[in-house]
Amino acid sequence: MTTAINHGGLRLAGNKQRSTLKPSRLIAAPAQAVLPLDQHAGAPASPRVKVGDRVLRGQLIGQAEGEISASLHSSIAGRVRAIETRPVPYHRGSPSLCIVIDNDGSDSEVTGSLVDYRSLDPRALCEHIEAGGIVGLGGATFPTAPKLRRGQQAPDIQLILNGAECEPWISCDDMLMREQAQDILQGAVILCHALQAKRCTVVIEDDKPDAERAMRGALTKLNDERVAILSVPTIYPAGGENQVITAVTGMEVPSTGLPSDIGVLCLNVGTAAAIARWLDRGEPLIRRMVTVTGSGVNEAGNLDVWLGTSISDLIGESGGYAGSLARLLMGGSMMGLALPTDDLPVVKASNCLVAALPADLHPRGVEMPCIRCGNCSEACPALLLPQQLHWFAGSQDLGALEAHGLMDCIECGCCDYVCPSQIPLAQRFRDAKPALIERLTAREQAFLARERYESRDARIERIEAERQAKLAEKRKSMTARG
Amino acid sequence: MTPPTSPAPHVIAPNSVRRVMPIVIVALVPAIVMHVVFFGIGLAVQLVLGITISLVAEAIALKLRHKPLLPFLTDGSAIITGVLLAMCLPPLAPWWLVVSGSAFAVLLAKHLYGGLGANPFNPAMVGYAVLLVSFPAQLTQWLPPQLADLHIVRPGVGDSLYTIFAGHLPAHLAWDAITSPTPLDSLRTSLAMGQTMQEAQANPMFGALGGRGWDWINLSLLGGGVWLLALRIIRWHIPVAMLAALAMPAAVMNAVDPGAYAGALFHLTAGASMLGAFFIATDPVSAATSNRGKLIYGAGIGAITYVIRTWGGYPDGVAFAVLIMNAAVPLIDRYTVPRIYGHAR
Repeated sequence: MTTAINHGGLRLAGNKQRSTLKPSRLIAAPAQAVLPLDQHAGAPASPRVKVGDRVLRGQLIGQAEGEISASLHSSIAGRVRAIETRPVPYHRGSPSLCIVIDNDGSDSEVTGSLVDYRSLDPRALCEHIEAGGIVGLGGATFPTAPKLRRGQQAPDIQLILNGAECEPWISCDDMLMREQAQDILQGAVILCHALQAKRCTVVIEDDKPDAERAMRGALTKLNDERVAILSVPTIYPAGGENQVITAVTGMEVPSTGLPSDIGVLCLNVGTAAAIARWLDRGEPLIRRMVTVTGSGVNEAGNLDVWLGTSISDLIGESGGYAGSLARLLMGGSMMGLALPTDDLPVVKASNCLVAALPADLHPRGVEMPCIRCGNCSEACPALLLPQQLHWFAGSQDLGALEAHGLMDCIECGCCDYVCPSQIPLAQRFRDAKPALIERLTAREQAFLARERYESRDARIERIEAERQAKLAEKRKSMTARG
Repeated sequence: MTPPTSPAPHVIAPNSVRRVMPIVIVALVPAIVMHVVFFGIGLAVQLVLGITISLVAEAIALKLRHKPLLPFLTDGSAIITGVLLAMCLPPLAPWWLVVSGSAFAVLLAKHLYGGLGANPFNPAMVGYAVLLVSFPAQLTQWLPPQLADLHIVRPGVGDSLYTIFAGHLPAHLAWDAITSPTPLDSLRTSLAMGQTMQEAQANPMFGALGGRGWDWINLSLLGGGVWLLALRIIRWHIPVAMLAALAMPAAVMNAVDPGAYAGALFHLTAGASMLGAFFIATDPVSAATSNRGKLIYGAGIGAITYVIRTWGGYPDGVAFAVLIMNAAVPLIDRYTVPRIYGHAR
């Protein structure tokens, strides 16, 4: 067994039992689906339907635009009611352009073409995955195809499937591994082909023995020696991409680089399962597993949810509220977003909904000054000094923030959790990042401009030198002839 | 349903600045008891005065700075300042000494720099240093330990209270008769007069360790400090580095010339060694940040303490060593930023 976290981290109450008692269930398609065109990292998709159009389940309704983007498909059959801005459960609550579809009750589906991955070369396979609207389902929703393309450029890449669902409350990956282990492993095999990877490691935290058993069982049946399962200790944030990669490889992802720079590509187990469903069953990414839990909901569990379903429908499916909520979280209690209302659609990023009563959470008290006790730096998995970052963020000292690694902060909230002065450190760091990013981008552009200028000078010099050389040769040959 | 919102994380550990103070006080209790056993009731009076004045000064400063009183008065930092300063003073020191020292510590050393968390220097040590420089005579009026074999006139409880609050001894007592230098001071004077260690330590105030009475106080402080370590209130880096940097030169010099230099055990159990290592240097506000920085910071305090004790102008050097290293913290912090995940080793 490997240690997932070399430094810092927290042992937190998981609160995952209640939502994993019963098997997951597929809920009915909603009467109306609200599908934001920008529910992934990168550029928004552009609409491919008009108001009034009839669409089928699985039909492309938004086309990926640009290098990093993802396509969008209808999760229900019906008629496009509107293409308008609606509130969404991300972007800090600012509304996004959504395609709103009214269900006609027909449940008619696009007859998806089933694809044998072996018939496609890695490039074509990547394109096909892109067509399925597949994005990372761990919560960051980074489009999978561009990630794979980058991985394809790296020599001897290894694949890591992240099943270390470390955040409290969330159990959708746990249930997925228990119930759809075969799909996950099929996804692993497809991804190995796409990346020409010789190794794939599925990382599972040791508080999910059922999931590990199911995955090991499926792996025995699959009998593919490229794929292995690694159990890691349950320490938040063991499931962070960097932490998982370090647990498997012993290497660290370079601060200014990407995992592919050290020959690793990391995807969520849910993403692998979605890829398998797309290739083997022709179903694009139009539904996902969502954990609905918290003391504020009557029946906790995992629901297989059509994207665009209203969160209030999910609460209804779960027996309704069991009290006045202290928070409604999308995600877990450490990194989750507090939603202002339940009248929001389930999106590709919606891994979990926590209807929290006061007893479920422990909010901050009155903020006191930092006494530099150092609890935060002991808890930081990125080996930062949050107490110093906090000081520099207060004085907006961008140089010091850069030197002390603000951009290496993964916003896990461990420092917040242990701070005796109740300082909202993670939020301070989130707020401080844009200014530093702006500065770094400006510097990068200045650097590129200088490089361009210097390379232009060099080019002119080279051309001039070549011209002179040719001229000299010509003269020489002339004299020789003359 | 429109639930309230807040930024993540939504759950934090049940921990607060306030939790630390009572634990630190409890860790000091054995040493305070030993102090009273060996040097009389004086310290108890000094503690009451120090705590009271620190809290009053804190309240005044908060009022002037338009800060809420309750959270800061109950955070315990002012109380700790008062306690630490009182523990540094001679038990029969006049009341105005601890009063002005505490007021100076809280008002000038702490609040002029921004209050809790913003003071670059340890307030109690600033207060003590100011008193030491301003009123050196009063700060040398220590008592001999109350031991059966030491036949010295000993002021009673009434005489002690009278002395502290009147500022002078009752008529039937004389300073010459009742005071005694601390072991560190005595050793210094004797060595300066050309005596050897053996001759100097023939005085019955010296025992096997750092002077009788003081050895028990220091061992009690060591016990309290280890308890704080076990509770993870403090970390090991500063105390270990400080004590090691104090003990090592002492051991080396003692090995080179046992007649002229006291040994490591004497230094570790004399004066403010343990109080400094576990309760003063570990003040996180004025200490270095990273673990490596803490090791350097602690080692600096230990080494400077040894230098002041051995070759400097004062019998003990913990306070000045702490203040000097406080001043070095920004420099130490600058050069000891730990390697960040994903950065080159």
